[in-house]
Amino acid sequence: MTEGADRHTDATAEKPTPRGRFGRAWDSDFAWKFRHSPVAIVAALVMTVIVLAAIFAPLIAPYDPFDPGSLNLMNGFTPPGEPNAFTGDAFLMGTDDQGRDVFSTILHGLRISLFVGAAAVLFAMVLGVTLGLVAGYTGGWVDTIIMRIADIQLTFPSILVAMLIFGIAKGVTPVEYRDQMAIWVLIFAIGLSDWVQFARVVRGAAMVQAGREYVAAARLIGRSGPSIMLRHILPNVLSPVLVIATISLALAIIAEATLSFLGVGAPPTQPSLGTLIRVGQGFLFSGEWWILFFPAVTLLALALSVNLLGDWLRDALNPRLK
Amino acid sequence: MKLTRQVLMATTALGLMAGAASAETLRWARSGDALTLDPHAQNEGPTHTMNHQIYEPLLLRDTEGELEGALATDWQVSEEDPNVWIFTLREGVTFHGGETFDAEDVIFSIERAQSPDSDMKELLTSITEVRAGEGNTVEFVTDGPNPILPANLTNLFIMDKGWAEENGAVEVQDVEGGEQTFAASNTNGTGPYQLVSREADVRTVLEQFPDYWGMDEFPMAIDRIEFTPIQNEATRVAALLSGEVDFAQDLPVQDLERVAGSEGLQVITAPQNRTIFFGLNVGADDLENDDVEGENPLANRQVRQAMNMAINRDAIQQVVMRGQSEPTGIIIPPFVNGWTEELDTPPEGDMEAAMQLMEEAGYPDGFSIQLDCPNDRYINDEAICQAVVGMLSQAGITVNLDSKPKAQHFPLIANSTTDFFLLGWGVPTFDSEYVFNFLVHTKGDELGSWNATGYSNPELDAQITALSSMTDLEERDAAIAEIWEEVQSETLYLPVHNQVLNWGLTDGIQTEVQPEDQPKVKYFETSSS
Amino acid sequence: MLAFILRRLFQSIIVLLIVGFVAFSMFTFVGDPIDNMLGQERTQADIARLREQLGLDQPFFVQYWNFLGNAIQGNFGISYRQGRPVSEILLERAPATLELAAVSAFFAMLLGISLGVFTAIRRNGMASNVIMTLSLIGVSLPTFLIGILLIYVFSVELNWLPSFGRGAVVDLGWWTTGFLTTSGLQALILPAITLGLYQMTLIMRLVRSEMLEVLRQEYIRFARARGLRERAVNFRHALKNTLVPVITVTGLQLGAIIAFAIITETVFQWPGVGLLFINAIQFVDIPVMAAYLMLISVMFVSINLIVDLLYFAIDPRLRVGKGRGH
Repeated sequence: MTEGADRHTDATAEKPTPRGRFGRAWDSDFAWKFRHSPVAIVAALVMTVIVLAAIFAPLIAPYDPFDPGSLNLMNGFTPPGEPNAFTGDAFLMGTDDQGRDVFSTILHGLRISLFVGAAAVLFAMVLGVTLGLVAGYTGGWVDTIIMRIADIQLTFPSILVAMLIFGIAKGVTPVEYRDQMAIWVLIFAIGLSDWVQFARVVRGAAMVQAGREYVAAARLIGRSGPSIMLRHILPNVLSPVLVIATISLALAIIAEATLSFLGVGAPPTQPSLGTLIRVGQGFLFSGEWWILFFPAVTLLALALSVNLLGDWLRDALNPRLK
Repeated sequence: MKLTRQVLMATTALGLMAGAASAETLRWARSGDALTLDPHAQNEGPTHTMNHQIYEPLLLRDTEGELEGALATDWQVSEEDPNVWIFTLREGVTFHGGETFDAEDVIFSIERAQSPDSDMKELLTSITEVRAGEGNTVEFVTDGPNPILPANLTNLFIMDKGWAEENGAVEVQDVEGGEQTFAASNTNGTGPYQLVSREADVRTVLEQFPDYWGMDEFPMAIDRIEFTPIQNEATRVAALLSGEVDFAQDLPVQDLERVAGSEGLQVITAPQNRTIFFGLNVGADDLENDDVEGENPLANRQVRQAMNMAINRDAIQQVVMRGQSEPTGIIIPPFVNGWTEELDTPPEGDMEAAMQLMEEAGYPDGFSIQLDCPNDRYINDEAICQAVVGMLSQAGITVNLDSKPKAQHFPLIANSTTDFFLLGWGVPTFDSEYVFNFLVHTKGDELGSWNATGYSNPELDAQITALSSMTDLEERDAAIAEIWEEVQSETLYLPVHNQVLNWGLTDGIQTEVQPEDQPKVKYFETSSS
Repeated sequence: MLAFILRRLFQSIIVLLIVGFVAFSMFTFVGDPIDNMLGQERTQADIARLREQLGLDQPFFVQYWNFLGNAIQGNFGISYRQGRPVSEILLERAPATLELAAVSAFFAMLLGISLGVFTAIRRNGMASNVIMTLSLIGVSLPTFLIGILLIYVFSVELNWLPSFGRGAVVDLGWWTTGFLTTSGLQALILPAITLGLYQMTLIMRLVRSEMLEVLRQEYIRFARARGLRERAVNFRHALKNTLVPVITVTGLQLGAIIAFAIITETVFQWPGVGLLFINAIQFVDIPVMAAYLMLISVMFVSINLIVDLLYFAIDPRLRVGKGRGH
C-alpha cells in the first residue's frame, strides 16, 4: 500500500530511476520465474493476442457477423481464400453455412466466450470465497448449512445445472431480452456449478487461520468478523484462489462449448466459439473443414494458454515448491 | 383416386426373386427408435415403420406411395349403401404364432384402435361399426359417405384377436395406466418379419417369417434385420462410412456427397410427403412480441405478401439444403389431392417489390417481430430460420430468432402463443381435406387443432366441413380447389419447400425411397450374396 | 461416532429431498410432453384429456408429493416415452454406464498415476514438460469434439474401432456385460478414452504435485540419507503417501464421470443412463428425468458420506477440502 504513495512522490519530484517500481517488479522472485519459463512466456503471449483480438474485434473484423441483414446466403460454404462460385466474394478463413465470414465470426465469438468465461469465474469466485470464508471462520451450524448446500451443488453436474437454469430463464425472461439472456444464464449456470471448489479451499484455509493467535488478537482489539475475514484471512488464501480461478477460466470456456452441444449455448444468430464448434462439427465429414477447424484451433489455443499459465502459476505461487 | 386397385406387385416382383438366396442381414440405423411395438399406441413415423415389418394393415402405401393391398385384396364402396366400405380379406394368411387371419381379427383390431387410449382413433372417427360381411369380407360402416377412408387405414395394423385376449393385450398400452402391456414388447403379426429380440433404444432384431403369405410375391431378399437407433448425426454418418451399418436414414444433407462418393455406398433420394412453412399470427389484435403498439402488422395482407416475396427459396434450397429440397408456393406436396402446378409456383423472390408492399402497408421503416423455430425436428430447421431472418431483415423486418427443442416449440403452436413460427406438415391421407381440418379450420375442440394463425373464416369452415360427406369426387375436387384459392390469397402461411428424403445404402441393396419415409424391407432387393 | 453418522444420514436425506424438489420444479420449463405423446392428428380435446390423465393439470405441489410418495416405495412411474416402468429401464441401462465409467476410471488412474509419478521424478526433464503440455490439450477441447474426432480418425479413416454402441453383450440375467466379447471390448475403447481423458489429466497433476510435496518431506530425505535406493524411495515411501488423496479425488470424480457420460454416450450412442437422460429431456419424459436425477443424487450423497466417514475415521480434525470436485 505504501508503495503506491512512494511512486506518487517519485513521479512528481524527480525522474523515475531505472530501478523504480517496474524494475523492482522485474527483479522480483515471481517475475524471475516467469522470465525463465519459456512455456509461460509463450502462453502469456498467445493469451494476450487472443484477448486483444477479442477486445478490438469490431475494429479488426472485416464484417459484422451479428447483422443478419448484411449476410448473403449465397456466400455460404466459401472455402478460405477462394472466391465464391456465385458471388465472387473471397474470405480469409472462408464462410460458414449462413455465408458469414468465419474470421469475423470467430473474433466476435471470442468476445462472447471470454466474457462468459471471465464473468462466470468471477461470479463463482466471489460466491465461493465469501461462503468459504463465512463457513470456515464461523463454523457451527452456518458451516454445516453452507457445506450441505455445496453437497447439493456437487450433486448436480454443471451441465445439468446449466440445462435446467436455461429452461427456467427462457420461461421467465421477456422476449426482447432473450438474446442477451442466454449469455447471462450461461454465466450464472457455469458460475454456480463452479463455486464449490473455491468455497472448499477457502473454508479449509479459513478454519486453519481462524485458530491462529493473530486472529484471536485481532478479535481482542475489537475487530469485527467481516473485517478479520477480509483483512487477515483472505490475503492468506489468495494464491490458491488465483490458481483455481485461472484453471476455472479454461474450464468455463470449455463448459460453454459443451453446453452448446446440448443445445443450451449462445444463440446461433450471435454465436460464441462453442456454438461455432457445435455447428462446425456437422461439416467435418463433408469436406468444409474450415468451419470447424478455425474456431476449434482458436479455442484450443485459448484454453491451452490459460491452462499452461494456471499450471505455471500453481508452481510459482506454491511456497512449498520453492 | 383409385378406389379399387389390385395387387400389381406380384408379377414384377416374381421375376426378381431368382437371385437372392443366401442369408442377408440388413444392419439399419436411423435417428430414433420405435417408441413401442404396440401397433395402436403411438401414431408416429419410426414406430409405424418398425411395425410395418412385423404387422400388416389392410392396405398400405408401396414404394411409390400408391395404395396396395396387404391383408385386403380388394376394397370398394358397397353398391347398396354409400356409407359402407367392403374389404375383401386375403386368404391363407397366418400370424407368426400360427393362428389363421380372419374377419374377427380385423374387427377386433379396428375396435382396439378406436378405444380411448389408442393414438390412432382420430383417423377412425367416421367409423361407426365394423362387421363381418358375406364371404371373406369385412364391412366398415361410416357416419356418412367417406370416400377417403382407405387412406386412413394404411398404418392401421391388424392383430390376432385370440393372441391379444390370451396375453392380456386387448387394451391399448396406456402410458399413465401404471402397467406395461404385453403388446408393447411382444408381437404377433402377419408381416414379413418376426421379432427375435428387442432392447428399446438399443437394438431390435427381426428375422424372416418363413410362412409369410407374400414370400413369393415380394423380393424378400433380406433374412435378418438388425435395427439400431443412432442419435448423433455425425456418428450415424460415421457408422455408414465405416461399414458398420448397411442402411441409414436421416443423413445430414451436407454429408450426402461424401456418402455417395464412398466406395460401396449409394444415396437414393425422393421427395418427401412433408412441407416446411412459416405460420403467421393474423388473428390477434396486437402481437405479443413485436414493437408495433396497438395493431398487428401481420393482420395486414400486404405485409404477409411482402414477407412471402422476401424469402429467397432458391438460395435456401441451394445453400442450406444443398439441393435436397423442392421450393414450393403451397403447404402441400405434389402427392396430395388438390395440388396443382399453379398453386405450387412460389412468388418471385423480389426484394424491391417486397419493400414497396411494406411501404404501401404503412410500414416503410419495417417493424420487429419474434420467430419461434424448432432446432431438432426438421432437416436444418434452425439454419432455415436463420437464413429467413437475414432475408426479412433486408426487407426491413427485424426478426428475433428464438430457436428451441421441439418439446418447447410445439406447445406454442398448440396453445397459439406464437406470432411467427416454423412448422412442417405431412399428409398421411394424401388429401387436402386433412390439411384444411388441421391447419385452416378455425381452432376448436375437434378441428383446427394445429391452426395457430388465429385465422377464422366461418364461410371457409363450412366449406371445409362439407368436404367429408361429398361423394362425387369431381364436385369434391372443385370444392378443394376453391378453398385453396381462398387460403392462398390470404397468405396465412409462407411455404418454403418440400423436404427430400435420402437413404444411404450399401451398393448391394436396391430399393426406392418411400415418400412417407417408411422403408418396408420386404421390397428390398440385393444383388450380391 | 454413531451420532455423527446419524446426523450425516439425516442431512443426506434433507439434501435428497431438496434435490428432488429443485429437479421437479425445473421440469415445467423443459417443455410439454403432451405433443410428443399424441400424434399429429390430436385434437384440443385429446390434449386436455391426456393432461388430466397424467396429472399434469394438478398443482405443482400435488405432483411433487405424488412423485415422492411413489418414489419412496421404489416406484418411479412409467416412462412417457417408452411406456415401461422407469426402474426397469434404469436397471437395464445402468450396466452400460457403469462398465464405461469403470473402464475409463481405471484408464484414468493407471495412466494418471504412472504419468504423474514420472513427471514428478523427472520434474524438469524435457519428456515431463512435453507430457504435461500434451495432457492439457485433452482438457482444452470440449468432450464432444474429442469424441467426434476420435470417431473420424479411428472409425472412418482407419476403420480400426467401432463408432457406436456396445458391440455384442453377454446377458448374465441381472447384468449385461461387454467385457466378454471382442466386439464389446473394442467398442469400449473410444468412449472410455473420451470420458477418461479429463480425469486422467486431473489425477496426473494431482499425483505429480502430491509427489513433489512428499519428496521434500523430512522422512524422505532421511530415507535417502540412509542410502535407500532412489526407486525404493520413490515408490515405497513417496507414492504410498500420495495415494490417499488420489483415491479420494477419484471417488469424488466417479460421480462427475457418470454425469459427463451424458455427452460421451450421446456421441457414441452408448446405451447407458446418460443417453437415456438426453432422450428423456428431448421427449420431456418427466418420470425418467426425475428418477435419473434422484439416482445421481443418491450416488453423490453416498460418495460424499463415505468420504466424510473415512476422513472422520482417519483424521479426527475432519480434514476436508483436498478434493476439488468438478
